[in-house]
Amino acid sequence: MFEAVLLTVITAATPLLIAAIGELVVERSGVLNLGVEGMMIMGAVIGFAIANQTGSGTLGVIGAIAAGMAMSALFGFLVLVLVANQVATGLALTILGLGLSGMIGEAYIGVPGLRIPELYIPILSDIPFIGPVFFQQDAIVYIGFALIIGVAYFLFRTRAGLILRSVGDNHGSAHALGYSVLKIRFMAVLFGGACAGLAGAYMSLAYTPQWVENMTAGRGWIALALVVFASWLPFRVIIGAYLFGAVSVLNLHAQAIGLGVPSQFLSSLPYLATIGVLVLISANRRLTLVNTPACLGKPFVPDR
Amino acid sequence: MRIELVKRKEHSELMSLMSPLIAVGLTALSAAIIFAISGVNPALGLYKFFIEPLTEQWSLEATIEKATPLILIGCGLAVCYLSNNWNIGAEGQFVVGAMFGSILPVMFPSFENSLTLPLMLISGVIGGALWAMIPALLKTRFNTNEILTSLMLVYVAGLLLDYLVRGPWRDPDGFNFPESRIFSDAATLPDVFGGMMSLATPITIIIALVLALVLAKTIKGFEIRVMGESPRAGSFAGFSAKRLTIFSFALAGGLAGLAGTMVVSGSLNQLLPSISPGYGFTAIIVAFLGRLNPIGIIIAGFVLALSYIGGEGVQSGLGVSNKIASVIQGLLLFYVLACDTLILYRIRMVSRRAANPAGEVSHV
Repeated sequence: MFEAVLLTVITAATPLLIAAIGELVVERSGVLNLGVEGMMIMGAVIGFAIANQTGSGTLGVIGAIAAGMAMSALFGFLVLVLVANQVATGLALTILGLGLSGMIGEAYIGVPGLRIPELYIPILSDIPFIGPVFFQQDAIVYIGFALIIGVAYFLFRTRAGLILRSVGDNHGSAHALGYSVLKIRFMAVLFGGACAGLAGAYMSLAYTPQWVENMTAGRGWIALALVVFASWLPFRVIIGAYLFGAVSVLNLHAQAIGLGVPSQFLSSLPYLATIGVLVLISANRRLTLVNTPACLGKPFVPDR
Repeated sequence: MRIELVKRKEHSELMSLMSPLIAVGLTALSAAIIFAISGVNPALGLYKFFIEPLTEQWSLEATIEKATPLILIGCGLAVCYLSNNWNIGAEGQFVVGAMFGSILPVMFPSFENSLTLPLMLISGVIGGALWAMIPALLKTRFNTNEILTSLMLVYVAGLLLDYLVRGPWRDPDGFNFPESRIFSDAATLPDVFGGMMSLATPITIIIALVLALVLAKTIKGFEIRVMGESPRAGSFAGFSAKRLTIFSFALAGGLAGLAGTMVVSGSLNQLLPSISPGYGFTAIIVAFLGRLNPIGIIIAGFVLALSYIGGEGVQSGLGVSNKIASVIQGLLLFYVLACDTLILYRIRMVSRRAANPAGEVSHV
């Protein structure tokens, strides 16, 4: 029983984790992309469509990543080149993504999907309990953990990561030192788009292998909240994602047990938990002030 | 080649008027391309989408009906956005307002007199404003990001409504359908102008005009604009950012709640699990397309209402998915935001090696 619960928590946490680590890099570069939900849902529909057409889950995942990047490039062009308002443009990206995915996905409603296979890590997967939970997952779960470690290493152990953080903390100084603020931010935005696309692919190719309109159901927004929860530190994203994964599967298991609470109240728990967590984190001024990228959401127009 | 932005010396008045028009033009062009890809004659598609709804009595009435909540919500959101308060949860405030407005006709159906409607509308305003107070107070008290909290409450509001119409508020004579009892005549907004529109539309237009006056001519309007553009300057003038956050959220929530109650009372006549085709989100586009100005928002409300009716039109007439409506709405917001750049900057295409003319500060 406990093993089964843990398995569902992992699958619920993975899309949150991947989308959040992508957005974390974007925000570390000083850009606030509120369009995660839109990029994610586009990844979900394109991933499903390509996997369905070609019969290959891998091609589906690649297509989903490309779709997320294409959406983020659109966002990047508007907020970086045309200095459009970041909040409004992110919203536009979400509205467009929800509409476009609905239109593309109409042909795939009710079509049986394709589940990307689990990878069994030799030897380790034979360990009782730990094996099935941690070493018999699909590739995207492993990629998620690799992304966290990779991003943490990149941001805090490499020169390029230091430059990216400096762009997010003080774009004026970074520009004066000769770094191309806009180019670096554009790269970060593209990375965020790729992660959101991958998270979307996980939704439609692993979590529930089918296409349902609006199937991300606010997970892109929860991922945004997770970045705040993690106070922009990669490893804390894992904690947050698993916490939220646990809250969101509570509904399923509570129904299975037969708790007398109306399902709508349990379904609203992840959203209420998000609000609660945001309040707790933001009430702690010291924590947020130390780690919030100082130029987050501020437009940059270089003069030369 | 690259794109270079040259800062204008002052806001371009011409571009302030032109940018929404250019955005609508570009959206129509993109819509034509989407129609062509879907295998439909683009000219026919555009006609069915943008023009035909205006040629018939019933579709014109439907457009007015859909424009009304969009305008009302958009006006409230404009005040939020002008003062730098990012309320994106109007959809939830709309739903909670509708629930509050429905307390009287659902729980006390025998209370039928001339007070019924006014009390319903007031409860709707209160409900929407209370729901909007949650993100506002969390922002002023704990410095919590209002974008995320207001949005999360949209989902909670939707689930709450779902619970009510499937549970305690389900119509006792309704054969177990998830819907509330039908409102009595006393709880129904009357039609005006020979049935052309419900009373909701004139109420909405009056509120928009009053708000336009308040924003343009009163000290409160000045406060809203100053605090949005320069909170520091505003604080020297003695304006409080926190009070304005509360005020703008309460206003936006109240208007969204009023819109919700008027939709339920004037069009649906009962509560259903879903009472809005995304009015609260589309109103964000309305607010921006209307340049955060109530008069502009009235026009923008009709443009976006057209997209709902046009979407149905191309689905039934041409077999194109009605989802094209939300694609066009999203594109429109993108173009509006992109074109707004023209107000502050001139755009120039330059080759890599071209030197900047002296005396001009240029920006990428």
